[in-house]
Amino acid sequence: MAVSQLAAKPATMAQALTRAMRDAMAEDPTVHVMGEDVGTLGGVFRITDGLAKEFGEDRCTDTPLAEAGILGAAVGMAMYGLRPVVEMQFDAFAYPAFEQLISHVARMRNRTRGAMPLPITIRVPYGGGIGGVEHHSDSSEAYYVATPGLTVVTPATVEDAYGLLRASIASDDPVVFLEPKRLYWSKAAWSPDAPAEVPGIGRAVVRRPGTGATLITYGPSLPVCLEAAEAAREEGWDLEVLDLRSLVPFDEETVVAAVRRTGRAVVVHEANGFGGPGAEIAARITERCFHHLEAPVLRVTGLDIPYPPPMLEKHHLPGVDRILDAVARLQWEN
Amino acid sequence: MTVQELPGAGASSSYRPTPPPAWRPRKDAAPLLPDPEPYRVLGTPAAEKLDPELMRRCHAELVRGRRYNAQATALTRQGRLAVYPSTVGQEACEIAAALVLEEQDWLFPSYRDTLAAVARGLDPVQALTLLRGDWHTGYDPHEHRIAPLCTPLATQLPHAVGLAHAARLRGDDVVALAMVGDGGTSEGDFHEALNFAAVWQAPVVFLVQNNGFAISVPLAKQTAAPTLAHKAVGYGMPGRLVDGNDVAAVYEVLAEAVARARSGGGPTLIEAVTYRIEAHTNADDATRYRGDAEVEAWLAHDPVQLLEHELTARGILDESDIRAAKEAAETMAAALREQMNADPVLNPMDLFEHVYAEQTGYLREQAAMLRAELEAETE
Repeated sequence: MAVSQLAAKPATMAQALTRAMRDAMAEDPTVHVMGEDVGTLGGVFRITDGLAKEFGEDRCTDTPLAEAGILGAAVGMAMYGLRPVVEMQFDAFAYPAFEQLISHVARMRNRTRGAMPLPITIRVPYGGGIGGVEHHSDSSEAYYVATPGLTVVTPATVEDAYGLLRASIASDDPVVFLEPKRLYWSKAAWSPDAPAEVPGIGRAVVRRPGTGATLITYGPSLPVCLEAAEAAREEGWDLEVLDLRSLVPFDEETVVAAVRRTGRAVVVHEANGFGGPGAEIAARITERCFHHLEAPVLRVTGLDIPYPPPMLEKHHLPGVDRILDAVARLQWEN
Repeated sequence: MTVQELPGAGASSSYRPTPPPAWRPRKDAAPLLPDPEPYRVLGTPAAEKLDPELMRRCHAELVRGRRYNAQATALTRQGRLAVYPSTVGQEACEIAAALVLEEQDWLFPSYRDTLAAVARGLDPVQALTLLRGDWHTGYDPHEHRIAPLCTPLATQLPHAVGLAHAARLRGDDVVALAMVGDGGTSEGDFHEALNFAAVWQAPVVFLVQNNGFAISVPLAKQTAAPTLAHKAVGYGMPGRLVDGNDVAAVYEVLAEAVARARSGGGPTLIEAVTYRIEAHTNADDATRYRGDAEVEAWLAHDPVQLLEHELTARGILDESDIRAAKEAAETMAAALREQMNADPVLNPMDLFEHVYAEQTGYLREQAAMLRAELEAETE
């Protein structure tokens, strides 16, 4: 269980991520950060800012521009006892590394019957809403969660950004750490005197209690769901908002308990709906909560299209209105 | 001058074109270039300097390796191995790669390189686990410092680079030797690995066994490069061309590259020109894509015969040595046969054991389901 140690001043998610890597590197000399632009520049989002200066270029390394090479080299480094933290810069830039990820990173523990675990953290800034051009806004989590052997987490709050990244780096298994890039500049006040307890990987958290229906979400859609829950009060709907935090392992018990409590559920994410994580979650809820459900489990997701150009992305991303429409379809009158 | 002050179209007449700023290549390419002829020792004056003890060991390993290939192929016919990619004709590369490494070094084999793993000390049965089908890797890679046999092409090369780089960062004296075939050199991971290795000056040696074919596709359709060794120059590392059937030459070229890597001189790309005498695997029909004349020409350049002839002529090897080598090979083959004929005992519950350090809820559910199925079967 990681404990946040950030200074008692408003910190952004970006700063929390930087601090997580910094603290991990200071505590454990085997932690190495690597990727394109992570050194001198501090990353295109400045998430690795200052790490090369503090720990040297051998610990925070600007690599050649080659994602398969970056992740493949990280595999070899992990084989030799290091804990690489790899940056993929943008969601769609990770695709060249998929063969390494799926054929080796995810399977090495299994292939060697536990003799060769790979403690690699793969940081992937993901999702839209920042006006990025093509290949800069994908939500690729369905690919990752469909691959046995990978742990997949995504923070939605500043504290989780710190705590989940610390937990990911400490994990003996490879972790795909999805960073909601449009939340990089979201803020929270943290105090090192009263450090927040951050639940570990695999635990979902209720961010807003409610009794009428449960919105199940993660990452960049959490603030949207919280906003929708506020707006729903005008309709007389008391919505609960559940933040999954970790897609694999999936905290089924917390989800099931919440849905049994409210009897209604809407899963919200930016990734495409067809074959998306919401399909799995909805199926699990149906299997375990069928007799508790007042209505079918609904999904509000990104459209089933390649990520649209930035001037049209507002039509793709699940927004408050689309979420409220879904909630309205939960047959409240019955 | 700032960007805003740059002269554009219709700029003032005071602008005078200047030559571009001085540019120099980072490295002199000439010393990186391979010699056009593959390096040979056996049958040349260079054979005067052969180390008798090393050569006798190479001979015994070559004989054992040839027997291992024959035994493994026989096991596929008996259904004891799902598949076996033979290295008959390529034994010199396999043996030299294994013998050239120190104990602390690492070997990164492809799926075809079981023989190198066995020559490095791995138990022959453990080396065949992947091909037998009872598990993916039958050994702890740390024990002999042999990475898992890699089935995807060239994807183990960046692992070798990363491991060698990590070892150097830790101040350890470790060299990684990564093996790949001619087809693998077309893969993206080959490029990325060589580029990383050269930029990082990682202590890695890349050994390409050019055995003529990637399954059925001949080298001429695989690459337009003069030789595969020429590819090294583009990355800024030396490329070396060697006769892959001449174990003394392969060993010498590898030893030189390993020494350079060990002393901080960075990576080397070695192309060993050899030939796959048998088909790609037992599932392949090589007569569809090559003629007997070509195979026979290579049979006349057999790595075991080449060495035996040279060593016998020089009095380094006699009939009793050859007999002893054959007897040792038979002993190995008999033990392998016996162990492989025993049915492996598998525990299906192992399927859930090593997916994650800690099982997920899904896996616990599915493990319970399988356990119930197994119990129902035994009732």
